[in-house]
Formats: sequence, structure tokens, C-alpha cells
Amino acid sequence: MLDTLILSRIQFAANISFHILFPTITIALGWLLFYFKLRFDFSKHPVWMRAYRFWVKVFALTFALGVVSGITMSFQFGTNWPGFMETIGNIAGPLLAYEILTAFFLEATMLGIMLFGFHKVPRWAHTLATFLVALGTTFSAFWILVLNSWMQTPAGFEMRDGVVHATDWLAIIFNPSFPYRFMHMLLASALTVCFLVAGISAYRLLRGDNKKAPKLTLKTALFTAAILAPTQALVGDFHGLNTLEHQPQKIAAMEGIWHTEKGAPLVLFAIPDAETQQNRFAIQIPKLASLILTHDADGELKGLNEFVGEHPPVAPVFYSFRVMVGIGMLMLLVAWWSSIKLVRHKTLTPLHLKVLIGMTFSGWIATLAGWYVTEIGRQPYLVYGLLKTRDAVTTVPSEHVALTLGLYLVLYAVLLVLYIKTLFWLAKRAVEVEEYDLTMPGLPENAPATDKATGASA
Amino acid sequence: MMNWLTAEHLALVFGGLTALSILLYAILDGYDLGVGITLPMGNEAWRDTAIASIGPFWDANETWLVLAVGLLLVAFPAAHSAILHALYLPTAMLLIGLILRGVAFDFRAKVKTQRKVYWDYTFKVGSLLATFSQGFMLGIYVMGLQYHTGSIIFACFSGLCVTAAYAMIGNAWLIGKTSGELQLHAIKHCKIAGVLTLSGILAVSLINPMVNANVLQVWTEPPLAYFFAAIPLLCFAMFVIGYLALKRLPLPKDAGAWLPFAICNVIFISSFIGLALSFYPFVVPNQMTLYQAASSRESLLIIFFGAVVVIPVIAAYTAVAYYAFRGKADGLKYY
Ligand code: HDD
Ligand code: HEM
Ligand code: HEM
Repeated sequence: MLDTLILSRIQFAANISFHILFPTITIALGWLLFYFKLRFDFSKHPVWMRAYRFWVKVFALTFALGVVSGITMSFQFGTNWPGFMETIGNIAGPLLAYEILTAFFLEATMLGIMLFGFHKVPRWAHTLATFLVALGTTFSAFWILVLNSWMQTPAGFEMRDGVVHATDWLAIIFNPSFPYRFMHMLLASALTVCFLVAGISAYRLLRGDNKKAPKLTLKTALFTAAILAPTQALVGDFHGLNTLEHQPQKIAAMEGIWHTEKGAPLVLFAIPDAETQQNRFAIQIPKLASLILTHDADGELKGLNEFVGEHPPVAPVFYSFRVMVGIGMLMLLVAWWSSIKLVRHKTLTPLHLKVLIGMTFSGWIATLAGWYVTEIGRQPYLVYGLLKTRDAVTTVPSEHVALTLGLYLVLYAVLLVLYIKTLFWLAKRAVEVEEYDLTMPGLPENAPATDKATGASA
Repeated sequence: MMNWLTAEHLALVFGGLTALSILLYAILDGYDLGVGITLPMGNEAWRDTAIASIGPFWDANETWLVLAVGLLLVAFPAAHSAILHALYLPTAMLLIGLILRGVAFDFRAKVKTQRKVYWDYTFKVGSLLATFSQGFMLGIYVMGLQYHTGSIIFACFSGLCVTAAYAMIGNAWLIGKTSGELQLHAIKHCKIAGVLTLSGILAVSLINPMVNANVLQVWTEPPLAYFFAAIPLLCFAMFVIGYLALKRLPLPKDAGAWLPFAICNVIFISSFIGLALSFYPFVVPNQMTLYQAASSRESLLIIFFGAVVVIPVIAAYTAVAYYAFRGKADGLKYY
């Protein structure tokens, strides 16, 4: 039977992996909805309202899943990782408290107005509520990433009797890896949403939806992705340099560098073998890793041999990193190729649309892979250099953890399938039904009855 | 900085804040869980109205639970670990219940029409699971976080009582938020749930002092006991007034439609104060006091300042939301 430690790790990983899928969408989708709403308020053109109306449904469903899985998360610290709070509670506590006070209440309350208040509050108030929901999700990402970054690169504290005490809150909040992580996560969220929106819009177009809204959202998503994908690669590169400075063994695992070397090659693909401490079947470009990470083709990179017993398992970190970067590159290619096509020909071929449908959830995979690099790469530590994962675990009997883990896994699998099916069902229904009723307040009397009739430059 | 605010003061303040958010959670999520428990399965239009009446609020209501657990975690980490350790399995049940109902809420409005009723059942079952687990957890807590046959029977009983209390406040909410047939339906069910709740409270009030010696002391030792006696008296008076009011409702022009809900609030508040007084100063019954469990003073101060600034803001925009959605729920549409 697996022990409580490993079961708790799997349970925590399962819960947070499930949870993060939904914030990744809501954070950026909130801003996109705010953009649609603003465009509608200023232009009064119904196509913006149609885009809003369709995507706000997706937002509501995603948000609901984010909230319920988030509530599970907030119990996890107490149920499975009591040592976490007992050691770093003085830092984690205030950060979590500020997240609840400044973000959760705001987004939850404003969501009510955003979803149900269309007829109940003035138009500006509805737009404001949409803005505040987006702001709330971003605040929430801010605080939780402060905490997570602090766990990676702790700063601004002192140890007294085995317990962490805060000495400098600014140093804690703006700890060395925080700016990179926050930027990288916000961009990850934006890219995930771009490909989600592009994928679902492509699905509608492929099913013969000739309304204007899906064309518009497709274009918006792809153009945005074309700008953000290279930005993400750049930020990711800076992020890596920062990690090299603070957690060199994580970089060694990511790059598959077993022994300290000068002029280390960039390993494109290999099978890292922990037994022999070597990469098998390596395909690599000489000196490139050194060049990227030290800006010197002969620069020295520390290998895993310098961190015996203190470095993470190599294979999961190594593979996850390649999945993330691989998808990042794929996103860049697809976004550019599609944008150029759209500018030149105004439409995309069915094959092209199918590629976009295939990429609908690519952002999720890259995001999860990125988090696995970060979190597994921090092992054996829970708080880097301060607290080992195994010292924080609960003493709850392992059968209990196994039972709850089983229940969660079944529930999550079912919900995930239903979520994805429902998204496509919503898209299918939108093809047939006009997402709109003309009695809506705030519209000009002579608003066109359907999308098709409009030739506005939307 | 702020030397007059000692560690003891802060422990008390945070004990109070934690208690306040548990109470607010019980009342606020209480009414929306209650609506879930008594969702009328026979009539789809009623279900739509009932669910629309809580639609704009449930998410924010549930956030009070996050705050309560968060404050416990932050201010009393040792107590948080001890309590959640003892309540590991019921907590998981609670979470699964909350997950089921939270998602059902949204799926029901999105899926194919034929599937909607399944989500309504999910909503109901999830709500029941959540309320029963909460009552069960309360029961085990009152029994000093011990598991034996007696405590488990008591906890199951407590689970039923809490479910009844939530059903009562949920129906009272519906009386205020609906009209016509559905309102009549809610009035009837509010009465039934009220009777069950009253029997539950009576039983718990008798059993609790029998198992916890210091509880008996709190309620019988003069002179404070005289003041404390006002609390159960108030609570029972509310049941009587509530019952009389329910017999007369509905009145012309919908007068007094919010009276049952107001009365339920008083019942919840007085029962909660009663419980809190029974256990003060313990956070973990008979094991750990507020003062032993509190975390470092500097960290509590940081949160304290934040809370003092932010909680009034939260109260203000919550009030705005309730104002925006005042009146009957029939007209609420989901956009
Ligand atoms: C980068 C973003 C991010 C990350 C890493 C996390 N969350 Fe989260 N969380 C959000 C971003 C978010 C959000 C965007 O604010 C959500 C998602 C959808 C939503 O409703 O709010 C949310 C919801 C949410 C809720 C419900 C809030 C409500 O009632 O409105 C809770 C209790 C948590 N989260 C708790 C956690 C915990 C304890 C985490 C880590 C261990 C965590 N989240 C990781
Ligand atoms: C949101 C995306 C996140 C994902 C996908 C994620 C994923 C993971 C994974 C896979 C592990 C297990 C590593 C291992 O045991 O080998 C882990 C561990 C952990 N992470 Fe994260 N994490 C995320 C964010 C966070 C955040 C924001 C926090 C805290 C603020 C956090 C706190 C922890 C803790 C306490 C553990 C310890 C348990 C363990 O090692 O299994 N994580 N996470
Ligand atoms: C294309 C080039 C990319 C590079 C060079 C890159 C680089 C990195 C690096 C170095 C880390 C840090 C690991 C650590 O130190 O803890 C990381 C983490 C992460 N990456 Fe990427 N990344 C890229 C693309 C992407 C894409 C496309 C996504 C998602 C859409 C993504 C999502 C994430 C996430 C969510 C994390 C974990 C959170 C964090 O630590 O910031 N990355 N990435």
C-alpha cells in the first residue's frame, strides 16, 4: 500500500492540476469579455454583444468549476499538509488572507451582477462589474503567485525556533522570482484563452455558422496570440535565467545536464537515465545551452552531480519542460501562419480550421507542463531550502487519503469530460440559435435582426 | 507598533472574526443550501425560479466558508490542523457535496433540455450531502472530536438538525423572494422544517451539557447564567412568533413576506452565540484555547489592518448587490 506521503502528494497534485485548468481560462477570459463589452458600449454594434453573450456562458461555467475546485484547495493545506502552515504560516497566512479579502469576495459578488444584472443595473454598472470580475481574478493570481514564488525563492524572513517569521513584507511580496512567474502565468492564461476561443470559433465556422461573431472572435484570438506567443518565449527565457541564479539544480534537471560542463549542448530530445546518470538517444545542438543560459558558448553549467540527494527527479522535469516549450513553439507557428492567412485571404480553409480545433486545449497542456517543471523541480523541498515535503505531511491514515483521492479522481474525470462536451455543445447550439434578443436595452431601435445582414467593420 | 494591541487581544479579535465568518456563512450559504435541499422536483418552473433567487448570491455566500477556514488556518494553525485532522473524511464529503451543487448550478442552464433534470437532482443531492456533512462535523466537534458509537450517533443526529435548519432558512428566503403557488409551497415547508429544527435544538441543548462538564457550568453558574438565559429564551420566542406568522402568511400586498427570514436570522444568531459561549475559550473543545493556538503577533497585525480596511468595503458592495437584486426572483434571467 502506498504511504500517506505519496498519496497526499498525488492528491495535492491532482487537485491543483484540476483547479488550475479553470483559473487559467477565467483570468484572461474576464479581460476579453471586458473588451467585448467596452466595444459594444462604444459602437452599439450587436456583434460585440453576441460575442459577449456566447463567451460569458463559457466564463460562467468555467468560473463555477474554478470556485468549487478552489474551495477544495483551501482545505488541503490543513487536511494534508499541516507542517506547511505550522512552519511558514506567518508568511503564507497573510498572503492567503489578502487573497480572500481583496480578490475572492470581489470576483464572487461582481460575478452575480455580471451574470444576472444585465437588466437590473445601469449599463455602465454592468460594464464596471465585468471589469471588477477580471480585476478580481488577476488579484487572485497575484497573491497566490506571490506565495508560490516565495516558496521557490524565499526572501524577507528569519527563522526562530524552526518557525518562519516575516521581517520585510515588500521583500516577501516582490521576491526574486515573482515578477517572472506572474508575467509568465498571465501570458500563459492569455495564450490558453486565445487558442480556446480560436478553437471553438473554428468549430462553429466549420459547422457552417455564417454569422459574424465567430469570425470576429477567431480573428481577435489569433492576432492576439501572434503577439503574445513570442512575448511568452522571451519572458520564459528571462524566467529561466532567473531560475539558474536561484535554483541551479532545477535547470540542470530541465536541461538534462548530469555533470558540470563547459559549453553544454542544448538537448532537444533524449531519455534521461537516472541509473547511469546519462541521456540516452540524445539529439542535441552543441554549446547552445551554455549560450542561452550564460550568453557564452563556453560558459559553465552546473550539473546534477553537484547536488546529490538535493535534486528533483530528472525525467518528469525534463519531459515536462520539452512539452511546454514545444507547445509554445507550435503556438507561435500556428498563430503567425493563421494571422498571415487571415490578413491575405480573409478566411481559413477547412483543414486550417481543423488544426485550430485540434489546438483548442493546447494551452492547458502547456500550462500544466510548466507547473510540473516548477513544482516537481523544487522537490525534495516544499519551501526551497527551508522545508522538505516529507516533513510537512499529515498523519491521517493512508487508507483515508486513498479513499478521498479515489473519489476526487473519479469526480474530476467526470467533470472534465462534461465540461469539454458542454463547451462544444454550446458552440453547436450557437450555430443554430441566434445568440441574441432584440429587446435588450441599450440597443438602437433599428438594430439589424441578424448578424449576417451587418457589414460593419467589426 | 500598536503596543496596546497585545497577543491576547489579537487572539480574541481573530477568534471573533473567525466566529463571525462562520456565522455569516451559516446564514448566507445556509439559505442557498436550504433552497437546494428543498428544491421542488415536481415542477420545473418552480425550480427555475427557486434557483434564480439564489443565482446572483451563492458564490459570494460560499466565500465566507473560504474566509472562515482561511482565518482559522491563518490565526490558529495548530487548531486548524487538529480539527481538520479529526474531521478528514467528513470534510471530503462536504467538499464533494459543494462541488456537485456548485457545478450543477451552471450545467443545468447550459446542457440539453432533457438533461436539465439530472442536474437538478445533482444540485439537490449535493446540497444535502454538504449540509449533512456540516451538521455531522459540528456534532463530532461538540463531542470533543472523538469517534465512538455514541458520538457518531449524536453527529448523525446533528447532521439531520442542521439540514432541517438550513431547509427552514432556505424556505424562509423563498417566501420573501417568490409569490403565488411557490410561495405557498415554501410557507408549508418552512413550517415543517421549523418544527424539526426546534426539536433538534432542544435535544442538542440537553445533550451538550451532559457530555461537556464545563458547558453545564457556563449555563448554570450565577451571576452570568442569568444573562445567558436570555439567549435560549430569545431563540424559543422566535420559534413561537415565527410559527404564528407562518400561519397567517401570505398577507395582502405581500406584507410580512420577509418576516420569516428575519426570524430565522435571529434563531441562527442566538443558537450560534449559545454554542460559542459554551465553548469559549476553547477552539478545540477541552484541548486547546484560543490563546494557546494563536500564531505570531506581527503576522496577525498585518491581517488585522487589511481586514479593518477591506471588510467594510466588502460589506458595501455586498449591500449594493443585494439592492440591485431586490424584489421577487421571477424576473431574473441568466445572461
Ligand atoms: C494563477 C492563478 C491561480 C492559482 C495558482 C490558484 N488559484 Fe485558486 N483561483 C484563481 C486563481 C488561482 C481564480 C482565477 O481567482 C479563481 C478561479 C476561478 C475562480 O472562480 O476564481 C480561483 C478560485 C479559488 C477559490 C474560490 C474563490 C471564490 O469563492 O470565489 C479558492 C478557495 C481558491 N481558488 C484557492 C486556491 C488555492 C488554495 C490555491 C493554491 C494552492 C489556488 N487557489 C491556486
Ligand atoms: C497552479 C498550478 C499548480 C500546479 C499544476 C501545481 C502542481 C504541483 C505538483 C505536480 C506538485 C507535486 C510535486 C511532487 O510532489 O513531486 C505540487 C506540490 C505542491 N505545490 Fe503546487 N502546483 C501549482 C501551484 C501551487 C501553488 C500556487 C501553491 C501554493 C501556494 C502550491 C503549493 C504546493 C504544495 C504545498 C505542494 C506540496 C505537496 C507536494 O509536494 O506534493 N502549488 N504542485
Ligand atoms: C516558448 C518558450 C517558453 C519558455 C522558454 C518557457 C520557460 C519557462 C521556465 C524557465 C519556467 C520556470 C520553471 C521554474 O523555474 O520554476 C516556466 C514555467 C512555466 N511555464 Fe513556461 N516557457 C515557455 C512557454 C510557455 C507556454 C506557451 C506556456 C503556457 C501557455 C507556459 C506556461 C508555464 C507555466 C504555467 C509555468 C509555471 C509557473 C511559473 O513558474 O511561472 N510556458 N516556463
